[in-house]
Amino acid sequence: MPIPAVEFEQVRFAYGESEVLRDVSFTVARGEVVAVMGGSGSGKTTLLKLIGGQLRPKSGQVRVDGEAVGDLGESALYAMRRKLGMLFQFGALFTDLSVYENVAFPLRERLSLPESIVNDLVLMKLQAVGLRGAAQLMPNELSGGMARRVALARAIALDPLVMLYDEPFTGLDPISLGVTGKLIRELNDALGSASIVVTHDVAESLAIVDKVVFLADGVIVAHGTPDEVRASDLPFVKQFINSETDGPVPFHKPAAPYGEELGLEVVRG
Amino acid sequence: MVNWIVKFFSRVGEPFTNALLKLGFASRFLIAILRHSTTALVRFRLTLREIWFAGVLSVLIIAVSGLFVGMVLALQGYDTLVRFGASSSLGILVALSLVRELGPVVGALLFASRAGSAITAEIGLMKATEQLSAMEMMAVNPIARVVAPKFWGGVISMPLLAAMFSAMGIFGGYIIGVQLLGLDAGSFWSQMQSAIDFQQDVLNGVIKSVFFGVAISLIAVFEGFDAPPTAEGVSGATTRTVVTSSLVILGLDVLLTAFMFRGV
Amino acid sequence: MKRGLIDFWVGLFVAAGIASLLFLALKVSSSSTLPKNQTYMLTANFENVGGLKTRAPIKSAGVVVGRVTRIALDQKTYMARVTMVLDKEYEFSRDTSAQILTSGLLGEQYIGLEPGADDKMLKDGDQLKITSSAVILEQLISRFLFSKAQEGGQATNNAPTNNAPEK
Repeated sequence: MPIPAVEFEQVRFAYGESEVLRDVSFTVARGEVVAVMGGSGSGKTTLLKLIGGQLRPKSGQVRVDGEAVGDLGESALYAMRRKLGMLFQFGALFTDLSVYENVAFPLRERLSLPESIVNDLVLMKLQAVGLRGAAQLMPNELSGGMARRVALARAIALDPLVMLYDEPFTGLDPISLGVTGKLIRELNDALGSASIVVTHDVAESLAIVDKVVFLADGVIVAHGTPDEVRASDLPFVKQFINSETDGPVPFHKPAAPYGEELGLEVVRG
Repeated sequence: MVNWIVKFFSRVGEPFTNALLKLGFASRFLIAILRHSTTALVRFRLTLREIWFAGVLSVLIIAVSGLFVGMVLALQGYDTLVRFGASSSLGILVALSLVRELGPVVGALLFASRAGSAITAEIGLMKATEQLSAMEMMAVNPIARVVAPKFWGGVISMPLLAAMFSAMGIFGGYIIGVQLLGLDAGSFWSQMQSAIDFQQDVLNGVIKSVFFGVAISLIAVFEGFDAPPTAEGVSGATTRTVVTSSLVILGLDVLLTAFMFRGV
Repeated sequence: MKRGLIDFWVGLFVAAGIASLLFLALKVSSSSTLPKNQTYMLTANFENVGGLKTRAPIKSAGVVVGRVTRIALDQKTYMARVTMVLDKEYEFSRDTSAQILTSGLLGEQYIGLEPGADDKMLKDGDQLKITSSAVILEQLISRFLFSKAQEGGQATNNAPTNNAPEK
């Protein structure tokens, strides 16, 4: 059996006292696109930071291409990150560099290539996201969707083994949404990489992913292929997929009885 | 009662512990910057851009302020000196106060509010928009790539700006003293030159401005890097940079002056 | 901002900064400390140094030849021991006398050297034997007033011995 691109093995993580992840285990193989879904604050972004080594697990192991990320020293960690590409929620383009220089940034920083090869690579990556025409623009001249595609071109500049997407669909119009989803799938297949997509967007992600993992309160409550998930009768999954307001994830934050706080009980009594 | 006393002391102690903690973090940050400074020095173009950002863009305010300060010193000094018939010492008065004190200190205060705040805001915004995280995920260390060049850019710019401030101030004093009040240009310069010692006065002023440059640059990059990644966080950090730098400049100035000129 | 333009402005900025430093070094100030290997040290004891300060100039015939580096009180003789550094270029005979003088009526004080006739020259670490102290204005005035009073009185013959000690 080949080494999985990303492997979580009974990972626990806590910010101080509050536990964010408890016994999370799953694997992502090469060529797979996996969506991680869950409500806000369910530990999805923490998951990505654990893979990138910006956070270290309290116990358990996070492995990228067989290497335990939590045990790496600083230089080994930086070496490991060359296998990763990450798309941030709002792109995180370098605002003082042009689109071209943004995409060239990882190439220039990580590899010392001749300028002509850098040029070819940058244009190739921009072509892949359809924005070769925007090469000389500055990030503040781009729309949100375009900025995210440029960021995607930058993230794939080094042909990463693992692509991480932090809420790639947030704040996009329907067209950009479709384009981004299609790009995630196509790039993954073209590069033969593994992708992890952290998202709330059920419809868009179910259309493109191979596997879905549901996180709630730091535990994996359900996982499976999109078809299995759609057919699932777990109340949490059903609530999430049909976006019902009340269910296992309650609409109300736990509070004292409503009437009591309004003082109604007393009047009646 | 005991409870109240405990509460009182912990309330009093809290700012001190916080300040001490921050000082500790800043020192560790300085060590990290120094450890990751090779990139900034090998790829000097990165630092060059920061010298432009911190230094070149501050030249105008520094030069104009220096000129005005020198002019005011000359006008005020002349008024006092002429009562003792010592108006020919005007050059000494203007140059000595500028070279020893005003050049480094006022230059540093202006630098902190012009360049220090800009450095904090830039780093803070890069953090808030996840640019620093993105860099980290691209296996590029943001301290080496962003923070260290900004730090060195500030450290290099500060003494040059302070020297410009003093030079412009002396020029301003010359304009007022010689051109406006009619002092003799020859005695203005020669008295100044014979009374001011290069090592004791000029060099010590330059050393002061180097210390200030390190302090301001460190505070600016630290506050930016430490800022909460929100709009309020960045604006708060910018304000803190200016306030903390100003206090540190004046405090350091007392220490350095006491140390340098105690024998005279 | 284009790269070349940044380079240009930074170059100009650094040049202007260095020019300012040079201006401060060459036009505004002068260096009073001579390099170590081009100097020699002398000492001299004075009854009273008045307002002499360290770094005060040493002049001979009005030309600056050195600087005062240290002023201390000799605990045995209770005289002021002045250490000075002179430019090696200028040599003085062994019977050179040192005098504390004032430039102008209220100006700064300096040490004046008056060369003698000895053909042996002073070496590093030597002491100037013949010195005369600073003129203390108060003592000068009181001496003047006293002599006036003496002229007027004429009866007393012995002048009181409060005048400034002279060596």
